[in-house]
Amino acid sequence: MIGAISSASEEKQPHDDKKFNTSEFILDHIADSHEWHYYTTKDGHHVSFPLPVIVYSKHSGFHFFMSNKLSHGHEHDGLKIGHEGEYKGKIIELDEDGKLRESLPLDFSITKNVASMMMAMLILLWLFISLGTTYKKSGIRAPKGFQGFLEPIILFVQDNIAIPNIGEKKSGKFMPYLLTIFFFILLNNLLGLVPTGANVTGNIAVTLTLAFFTLIITNISGNKNYWKHIFATPGVPAWVLPILVPVELIGILVKPIALTIRLFANITAGHIIILSLISLIFIFKSIGIAPVSVVFVLFMNMLELLVAILQAYIFTLLSALFIGLAIEEHH
Amino acid sequence: MELAAIGAALAVIGAAMGIGKIGSHAMDAIARQPEASSNIQTAMIISAALIEGVALFGVVVALLSIG
Repeated sequence: MIGAISSASEEKQPHDDKKFNTSEFILDHIADSHEWHYYTTKDGHHVSFPLPVIVYSKHSGFHFFMSNKLSHGHEHDGLKIGHEGEYKGKIIELDEDGKLRESLPLDFSITKNVASMMMAMLILLWLFISLGTTYKKSGIRAPKGFQGFLEPIILFVQDNIAIPNIGEKKSGKFMPYLLTIFFFILLNNLLGLVPTGANVTGNIAVTLTLAFFTLIITNISGNKNYWKHIFATPGVPAWVLPILVPVELIGILVKPIALTIRLFANITAGHIIILSLISLIFIFKSIGIAPVSVVFVLFMNMLELLVAILQAYIFTLLSALFIGLAIEEHH
Repeated sequence: MELAAIGAALAVIGAAMGIGKIGSHAMDAIARQPEASSNIQTAMIISAALIEGVALFGVVVALLSIG
């Protein structure tokens, strides 16, 4: 099944009469989907790779099938993908008469983002497990080849991100987490930039989960000093505390939310800019705009590359900063 | 829909002014003390990313107001 590019049924699209809908084009390329769409040929033939749909419905139990059964609005086992309104793009369930059931089924499908995250996970596992075995076999020596490229980056995360913020004694405990999020975010940012890549870190659910991990790790490793600063800030008169404690509690929540939105908005904004510049060609409908558009897109891609690396660095740096603040001793 | 665009544009103006100031002060600092230039550059990039994060808050709110 892996490697088989299956194509959906033939669909003759009337081109030239349909106006190019820019926002729909852009949102389609940024949003998640149940199939991995590669390209559409001139006569409307969609070439895409269907992904598994795993759905649990209260009425009819588990469903497991490939998403090409749901393409083009077809219905399968009473499930179909909604087309308009609040159910657009979501899997909805119809009962025997064809009417919509009120509660949506729980959707555990392997969508494009999940499949891309799994690929990124496999790449990271392969890279770093082989790096570890190289060190184990030949001792602490500079590795050759691509692994020699990873070592300075790991040392950079340790010396410039972990140790200045967490301190030398305890940074060893948190280095696995910091390295994981740095390389995960970096790899997914870079994979989103290649053609047919999926927009993983531009999905707010993914970035929210990563920020949630930082929140959990920060607050679990918070020591007495940290909680004292939140609930009984020293040097503050007692009557200010009822105002200050809620503000501090909100501050605990706002920092991960800021991490979430910063990563999500930077990556998504970059993708939207590139897609908009390309759709300039389709809006103007002339080949003359193509050189200008392509030059701009190249420039924006370089900027996006910088943003991809920078956002991974910033997320890791701020996570390390929050962890460092939580385990700081009283001075 | 137009107000959302104006809101996003205002957020961008704020970000551009803030990051422009950071850049200009960083240039002055590097000119004064070229030995510290890599420290200054790192601090400048970090501050720029944080300010851009805040500006993108505004853009996200504008996008949310459309839908």
